[in-house]
Amino acid sequence: MVPEVPKNSAAVVGGRRPPPDRSVAPAARNRRLGIGFIVPVVVFVAVFYLYPLARNVVLSFQDYDINSLYSGNAPFIGLGNYRRLLSTPAFATAVVNTVVFVAGSLFFQFTIGLGLAEFFHRSFPLSPLLRSLLLIPWLLPLVVSGTLFRWLLDTSNGVVNQILLTLHLVQDPVPWLNTPHTAMAAVLICNIWIGVPFNMVILHSGMQAIPAELYEAASLDGAGRWQQFRYVTLPQIGPVVGIVVTLGLIYTLKVFDVIWVMTKGGPANATHTITTYAYQLSFGGLSEFGLGAAAGDLLIVVAAVFALLYLRALRADPGARA
Amino acid sequence: MTAARAARGRPATVRGGRSRSAVATWAKSAFGVAVVAIMLFPLYWMVNASFQTNQQLARPSPHWLPLGGTLTGYRDALSQQGGHLLASLIIATGATVLTLTLAAPAAYALAQLRSPGGRTLLSVLLVVQLVPGIVMANALYQIFASVQILNSALALILADATLAVPFAVLILRAFMTAIPRSLLEAAALDGAGAVRTFWRIVLPISRNALITAGLFAFLFAWGDFLFATTLNLNTTTWKPITLGLYDYIGGGTNITTWDSVMATAVISSLPAALLLTIAQRHIAAGVINEAVTD
Repeated sequence: MVPEVPKNSAAVVGGRRPPPDRSVAPAARNRRLGIGFIVPVVVFVAVFYLYPLARNVVLSFQDYDINSLYSGNAPFIGLGNYRRLLSTPAFATAVVNTVVFVAGSLFFQFTIGLGLAEFFHRSFPLSPLLRSLLLIPWLLPLVVSGTLFRWLLDTSNGVVNQILLTLHLVQDPVPWLNTPHTAMAAVLICNIWIGVPFNMVILHSGMQAIPAELYEAASLDGAGRWQQFRYVTLPQIGPVVGIVVTLGLIYTLKVFDVIWVMTKGGPANATHTITTYAYQLSFGGLSEFGLGAAAGDLLIVVAAVFALLYLRALRADPGARA
Repeated sequence: MTAARAARGRPATVRGGRSRSAVATWAKSAFGVAVVAIMLFPLYWMVNASFQTNQQLARPSPHWLPLGGTLTGYRDALSQQGGHLLASLIIATGATVLTLTLAAPAAYALAQLRSPGGRTLLSVLLVVQLVPGIVMANALYQIFASVQILNSALALILADATLAVPFAVLILRAFMTAIPRSLLEAAALDGAGAVRTFWRIVLPISRNALITAGLFAFLFAWGDFLFATTLNLNTTTWKPITLGLYDYIGGGTNITTWDSVMATAVISSLPAALLLTIAQRHIAAGVINEAVTD
């Protein structure tokens, strides 16, 4: 800002090329104004992201329960919450469930999304319309999706059981949400259904960026459909794959609505993930806010690791920014 | 995008007969329709159930079509959930207005003005989107309790804006970066300052991007359940529709009013349908792509 002023006045004194010089002054002013334009968001970020994050970390070192909420009295207990959490069997179950839920969701969301993206990558009538219709599950409120699947999987009146019975695939109605293994399958199926469109859209747009000549060349070399997919499409969408998987992973770690609406983490903790367990601790009636914060912090650490990998992947590959 | 698609058209002449490829094309369409039908079957089933009576829904064999349909489910839904719908509407609108008010100037600054710390802010905005909602809810609960705004419209408007602000800044910035510099310089030559340029040129040009960002902000707030069930659990006035829907099914394993549950679910899905219609596939797909990869 300071060096701009003499440059500007010198130009005016010299009386040469006024138009470019006149744009220098606004540029300097713009820098100052630029601060004013971003201040509201900076304040918002500080108050509503950074402060809560810091607050959550502090909370995880405090014995903060329902009384603390009223008295403001919450003694610091060091790593007490973390120690308690890690020695709780239910938390261990939640960690295992989280791995199963995340791995299962990612694998099926990605493979189905990739299959659909490849399919819709070919041009045929109705393709754009069908593709946009497929987006609906992704845009629905998650509570709606959870409720919907609870209805589909209802033991006595759910259409899934009715179809299975009609086809004689099962003898008795399956109590999907009331037995541990089927409950995990049920929340997984719902979450996969929600996530497929996102994977499809991103992978599809990655495929759109592949130069047509590559396919023409491959085709002239006699490459068939599968070989084109294997040797042209897959290598070309590599960076986008990284982004989709990382984002999917981070989103899946946070999933709360679907599980809570369908099973509340039950039966017998069978569908509790770290997220729903953290909610249970803080808001499930016992108001163990410190313990819940500790579980949340562990979740942040996991998410942060992948966030770093994600940012690195973005920086490493300028093509992904297209 | 479309040009690339057209150019990429498979060399039918190399592969063989024109008629064979026409058949293949229609086979693809038919397959595509089948895939979409399977994927969207749950939605069909939701709509189907919303028009049936509870007696019909309780029968062991399913009604595949909502024949002899009834609007009872919708009547019940509207009479019992009307207040929640209104609360959602107000909260989501508030969150949208707040989001755009904060995001649009910041996006302009990040795109066109060389604001100090701009790059840092951009990285922070990318990263904060990855903070799990439960962590935010836990902390915001303590904070809102201490300033005594739990169970208010303000609580959810502020909390819901946190879902949309980073996203809105990123997509608006992506759009505003593409505004030709010459246009803004021309405005500067005419004596317009940054504020005036922003108000008179940048905002009108960015109308589509603003609508898209606004629709997503609305959709995020409309669909929020976690903040509602933590920050506004103990209120009857400012309970959004997601919480209303959850209350229908919350406790019981034996739900007897699936018709009104599904009618509420259908009504809650309307903003998504609206978004899809207005934003359309190019904007939606492009925006999602921009927002996650930029």
